[in-house]
Amino acid sequence: MSAEVEQAVDMVNIEVDGIAMQAPKGSMIIESTDRAGIEIPRFCYHPKLSIAANCRMCLVDVEKMPKPVPACATPVMEGMKVYTDSRRAMDAQHGVMEFLLINHPLDCPICDQGGECELQDQAMGYGRSVSRFTERKRVVKDKNVGPLVQTEMTRCIHCTRCVRFLEEIAGTSEMGGAGRGDRVEIGTCVENSIDSEMSGNIIDLCPVGALTNKPFRFAARAWELMARPSVAMHDSVGSSLYYHTRRGEVLRCVPRENETANETWLSDRDRYSHLGLNSDDRVLTPQVKENGDWKSVSWSEAFETVAGIIRTSLEADGPQQMGVLLSPSAASEEYYLAQKLARQLGCNNIDHRLREQDLSDDSARPSGPVFEMKMAAIDECSAVLLVGSNPREEAPIIGHRIRKAWRGGAKVSVINPLDWPFTFDTSLDAVVPPQEMVAELAALAAAVEKASGDSAPPYLRPALDQAEPGERHDELAARLKDADSGLVLLGQFAMSHPGASWLRALAGYIANATRCAFNVLAHGGNSAGAWHAGAVPHRGSEGPDTAAGLNVTQMLNDPLKCYLLWGIEPEYDIDNPARVMNTLAGAGKVISIAAYATGSLREISDVILPLAPFAESEGSMINLDGDTVSFSAAAKLKGDSRPGWKILRRLGGELGIQGFDQVDIGDVRAEMNETGRDDRSPAAEPDLPAVDYGNGLYRIGELPMYSVDALCRRSSSLQQTKQAQSMFLGLNPADAERLGLSEGATARVGQGEHTAEIDVNISARVPEGGAWLRSATCATRELGHAVAVVTVEVA
Amino acid sequence: MALTMETKNRGGVMLTEQTRKTIDHWVAKFPSDKKRSALIQSLIAAQDQNGGWITPELAESVAEYLDVPPVWAHEVVSFYSMFFTDPVGRHKVNICTNISCWLNGAESMLEHAENKLGVKLGETTADGRITLVREEECLAGCCGAPMAVIDGHYHEQLDIEKLDAILDGLE
Repeated sequence: MSAEVEQAVDMVNIEVDGIAMQAPKGSMIIESTDRAGIEIPRFCYHPKLSIAANCRMCLVDVEKMPKPVPACATPVMEGMKVYTDSRRAMDAQHGVMEFLLINHPLDCPICDQGGECELQDQAMGYGRSVSRFTERKRVVKDKNVGPLVQTEMTRCIHCTRCVRFLEEIAGTSEMGGAGRGDRVEIGTCVENSIDSEMSGNIIDLCPVGALTNKPFRFAARAWELMARPSVAMHDSVGSSLYYHTRRGEVLRCVPRENETANETWLSDRDRYSHLGLNSDDRVLTPQVKENGDWKSVSWSEAFETVAGIIRTSLEADGPQQMGVLLSPSAASEEYYLAQKLARQLGCNNIDHRLREQDLSDDSARPSGPVFEMKMAAIDECSAVLLVGSNPREEAPIIGHRIRKAWRGGAKVSVINPLDWPFTFDTSLDAVVPPQEMVAELAALAAAVEKASGDSAPPYLRPALDQAEPGERHDELAARLKDADSGLVLLGQFAMSHPGASWLRALAGYIANATRCAFNVLAHGGNSAGAWHAGAVPHRGSEGPDTAAGLNVTQMLNDPLKCYLLWGIEPEYDIDNPARVMNTLAGAGKVISIAAYATGSLREISDVILPLAPFAESEGSMINLDGDTVSFSAAAKLKGDSRPGWKILRRLGGELGIQGFDQVDIGDVRAEMNETGRDDRSPAAEPDLPAVDYGNGLYRIGELPMYSVDALCRRSSSLQQTKQAQSMFLGLNPADAERLGLSEGATARVGQGEHTAEIDVNISARVPEGGAWLRSATCATRELGHAVAVVTVEVA
Repeated sequence: MALTMETKNRGGVMLTEQTRKTIDHWVAKFPSDKKRSALIQSLIAAQDQNGGWITPELAESVAEYLDVPPVWAHEVVSFYSMFFTDPVGRHKVNICTNISCWLNGAESMLEHAENKLGVKLGETTADGRITLVREEECLAGCCGAPMAVIDGHYHEQLDIEKLDAILDGLE
């Protein structure tokens, strides 16, 4: 059968306002009119949500039907004739509009939605200029639903978009309609807050001013704002967004449609992180430390000082005594120029993998984080295995897509150190403490080897030979092997694991042998960009380097003479903060190029140059799908800050290095493209070290989702959410009892010589043998590795 | 400490063995992925266990036991008038005052009951014995009007003596 005939079978002919068109069988009238650009007013209908048909605003006139029908809930039929602007349709729409406005307050002048309100727009088009309603309007008490969303429930028209979003998309079902008839109130259960990591989307969905952006409240009018397209850099999804700016200042952030990445959604992290832009500790001028006192200087002086420090260090100690550490969320151009600068000076000590402690398989690692199954394809997959990953927090959009797959019937299983609450069901799970994760994955690999007949590579033998696969492993192996479209996803927790090289190798083998796709979620927003630009010690922008430099752990083992820190707060952004701060304190000179400076950064640094955060800078990133996404500056540069690439260009010039005369960022990109992108994976076999997990509880140093970078950590609203809570030590009930620690008691946690005191929280979500103590927080900044053995005792 | 991780299912700790049994009975009548359908009967069972009224915590416990979002239970409880969210007396007396009963003298019966018990419609006697329930709609006993529903039982063709006798008989 030809494609044409096939199409005709699935399509019906309809006529809308006299225009003939074809529509897929079973689709609703409103889908056809939307496609044809015929306007039908609506409030409750949303193409990404289920059909509720409760606002009745989209009533249209259909020939032979006795009364107007809702276009959103009426399927098309062969020969159907629809009239969207007949007298009957218009009367119906006017009538509905009048009813909707009965209880709606006339507070548009003080409503944040004013100027971008669907109700306002449609009242202009379909409403009367004078209300006939003289009775009392109802008033609904406001609910406090948390720090991100402001409610004004008297304005609510009960479209239930928020209820359906949280139930269907976010998967948290935190809102509902209480009461009945004219007393229905949309709200949360009793006094609960809305804690979904995607909660901000209900603001965009709300067609009226009932749910608005809390931090943005009363800040500006919609018509004062410029929409500047940009990209979010907190995870490698690279969600498309608009910064809404007024006179160069970012006031809020909304999603920009991008079906292959964030669809029409935006995670709260991407939406509210910009609040950190105006933090008090922004560095606004270049600063130099003189005899312990900080002095603001001009850029020229600053560059002279920095070039002087680097020259002196090179002359005295050689390039091997220099180390360059970059944030995993910098722009590709910055990575490229930084590594070019370092390598031209003869220094290969450059790295961005700040939260990884096991880098022993570098020689065998591919040219960047592998992501074989594209983001959009995850929606359709049929089996998922998560290894050391909480996608809801690591990359909320990926979590959302896995939920979509699960709704479509996919089976999800996990090998995780915590029983994270997911928005999808999981089965055949292993929630084991970190010290058992490699053995658990090895057992699965052994089962896979048995089931697939693909023998595992010899370097995995030591783990596989000791593995004792059980029934669960066999079942999971079969599930992965039989999946039409399976996915093995290795998450950020796995990347921070002391046996990460083992987890990578085992998960890679499992994916390969079961014909599943293998995806890796690395830390930061632009790890792929960093790899490809050469911001790793063992490969430059043109491919593998012969003389590998020091990686991040090696650079920080013993103090070097000179460090260059790019966009980093060492105590929060690098694994093992205690050792890092100690090393940097003992270093010769530390040059910090950063947007923010805390007291401790000032203590260890000798020079601080103000770096423009990504909303104020231009650049590009490589997202999970491997696509290069470029963005331009959305906001005005604050103070004397400069975009990163310009700082590096000038620094290169100051040092008299060739090839730092780019005029604009286009020149940098052209140069990067010229060097090409080398995607070859090295053929070498990984050198997998034996890991000694010691005895005792193992720290589960999960990275809180709003502590991933300096910007998020300064977003006051995000820091008030439940996700940001970190002042606790989570223990399994059995471990807590054994240690004599009760709920709320104070425990002393020790890592080597470092200790911290913290309150105990007993939770069955923590596996026996694990100690859930989050990383990158004030409570733990004086401790060691995020994932390592710890001692716990009564304080 | 209200942690994200601690919004966990405690499995309906507030429910008695009897309530759980009733819920299981109703759950079995629906497909396994349609537990929401058993909510009304489950909540009624929980209400019965609690002396005729239901607290938000109890409703949440039912939701946990059924493994459905708590807000669904909250929606049902707030929707139906047969769920009582405030304390009630040991007996619920619901005198119908809808059209058929009204035409047959329900109003004078209600007035009599109010005077006899010393409470207004919707209130509970001070000794916690009887709540005069405010009826929302016709109770579907028109053929026996005037009528009342007392603790779930229909009493038809009432007059003041009969009503007195019934009310006096309530412990």
